[in-house]
Amino acid sequence: MAEILLAARGITRTFGGLVAVNGVSLELERGAVHAVIGTNGAGKSTLINILSGELPASAGSVELLGRDVTRLSQPSRALLGLGRSYQRNTIFPHFTVAENCRLAAQARRQRPWAVWESAARCADAMPRARAALERAGLADDAERLAGSLPHGRKRQLEIALCLATQPRVLLLDEPLAGMGAEETERMLALLAQLKPDHAILLVEHDMDAVFRIADRITVMVNGTAIASDRPDDVRANPDVQRAYLGAGH
Amino acid sequence: MTRPPMRNTARQTTLALLVVAALAALPLFLGTYEVDLVAKILVLAIFALSLELLVGQTGLVSFGHAAFFGLGAYTTALLLQDPDPRSFWLVLAAAMAMAGLYALPVAALSLRTRGVYFIMVTLAFAQLVYYVFHDTKVAKGSDGIYLTGIPQFSLAGWVPFDITKSLPFYYVALVLLCLVYAFLASLGASRFGRALAGIRANEQRMRAAGYATYPYKIAAFVIAAMLAGLAGFLKATRDGYVNPEMLAWHESGAVLLMIILGGLGRLRGAVIGAFAFVLLQEFFKNDAVFGDFAKRWQLLLGITVIACVLLLPHGLVGLSAQLRRRGNRDG
Repeated sequence: MAEILLAARGITRTFGGLVAVNGVSLELERGAVHAVIGTNGAGKSTLINILSGELPASAGSVELLGRDVTRLSQPSRALLGLGRSYQRNTIFPHFTVAENCRLAAQARRQRPWAVWESAARCADAMPRARAALERAGLADDAERLAGSLPHGRKRQLEIALCLATQPRVLLLDEPLAGMGAEETERMLALLAQLKPDHAILLVEHDMDAVFRIADRITVMVNGTAIASDRPDDVRANPDVQRAYLGAGH
Repeated sequence: MTRPPMRNTARQTTLALLVVAALAALPLFLGTYEVDLVAKILVLAIFALSLELLVGQTGLVSFGHAAFFGLGAYTTALLLQDPDPRSFWLVLAAAMAMAGLYALPVAALSLRTRGVYFIMVTLAFAQLVYYVFHDTKVAKGSDGIYLTGIPQFSLAGWVPFDITKSLPFYYVALVLLCLVYAFLASLGASRFGRALAGIRANEQRMRAAGYATYPYKIAAFVIAAMLAGLAGFLKATRDGYVNPEMLAWHESGAVLLMIILGGLGRLRGAVIGAFAFVLLQEFFKNDAVFGDFAKRWQLLLGITVIACVLLLPHGLVGLSAQLRRRGNRDG
């Protein structure tokens, strides 16, 4: 029996008269990559923002690890085990790569009142930060300034920042954006390696990559999920072909 | 601007101790006028440090910081309206508490906005206090009030000196400046301080990692206000007089200029900026040098500040690194 770590039910979000997301339901299970595809403006970003807690939903509910988190803020959801990456990097460019991860890892034990304790010496965060760096393949870059990394490595750091908080669910917003072929391969290998112990939601425009790595694909058009199925079935679905993939794909 | 966790801490500590020793020895070589001038700078340096916590460390540009300086000063003056001396510690605590108390609602409301709106809301809250003291009879309106009593400095019943005298005041201000500096340096390296630096660099990532950034920013704002209140307490104690101009917007602007001049993002920038600002002011006011034009000192000060901002993007603390870089390029 698959372990459902995140379940969204009937998510709807309106902006004035516009329905950006319309009654979308999806489940993320441990050990699986669930991709959400759709053209620009289909509502993918709005959906991911609702799941992460950055935007309130107009209707619907979100359950994280069996707990209703619909009304919880983003930081609270993050501490429960929800990590997300952004399409545009959200790294700390003037910190070293190691300090980037340490800061994210410290969120688990913040102790803001302890102003006499040096953050650099807090024993609990460092091992978690280092593990995240190693997993993301950045161990050799630990002492470099994050802002000086090449683009592909910055994208890896974006993932490492998620991992440093030890999440169980990962929401990844276009992790392959702007990457070259070699960088794409490295990122896909990383995602494959993260898959066994995480539930992953992947929003991505690179269709080849999506069909290679996804276990399930939801197709969004104008805020509605028109299909949610295994990759082969999605590819064969006539509605999807008409609406999105285009004839001849 | 945030450097990798200090590698040259030892050198920096030595340098800081030398500067403190030099400041401690300074009164031996100076006359009363100069000692008072440096004491005034030490007080402003505390004020500037308090704003540096907000602007430089947390990335919150407040344009109403004089409100908390002025509240500290007014609290001090209002507590010292009869000739009996009151405890230095009690008045100091009250001044800081008043500033922090007002900062709490101001922070809660203004931190719901960002960028230029934050600047405007903090300005509005400061002007509110300004007009309360300027236009009501709470403290004699625009005339301001004199301190009738003095805050008596005592340690377990022992009164070592009269704080309102030039030299004792100088050393009390110096010790408090060192304490505030050490506190902020420790805070900056702590988890709380690193979280503030993270909020400044990328608030979105901090929230995604699990930091509730709003209470963090409120805490930084209240601490900054309390330290400004401490500076206001010292100012009122030394001058023996307060007036509403202490809380006016140009005072908020002046302290902002100090930290920009010194260099944002570094604590020592605030101290250097306070020294540079006041000494430049004194220099341009000097009619032996500028003759009649000394009356227009604000013009010259303004031009100098603009030139500094254009030529020194990292302020005076960034000067040496800037020169080194230029040297490397030419060589």
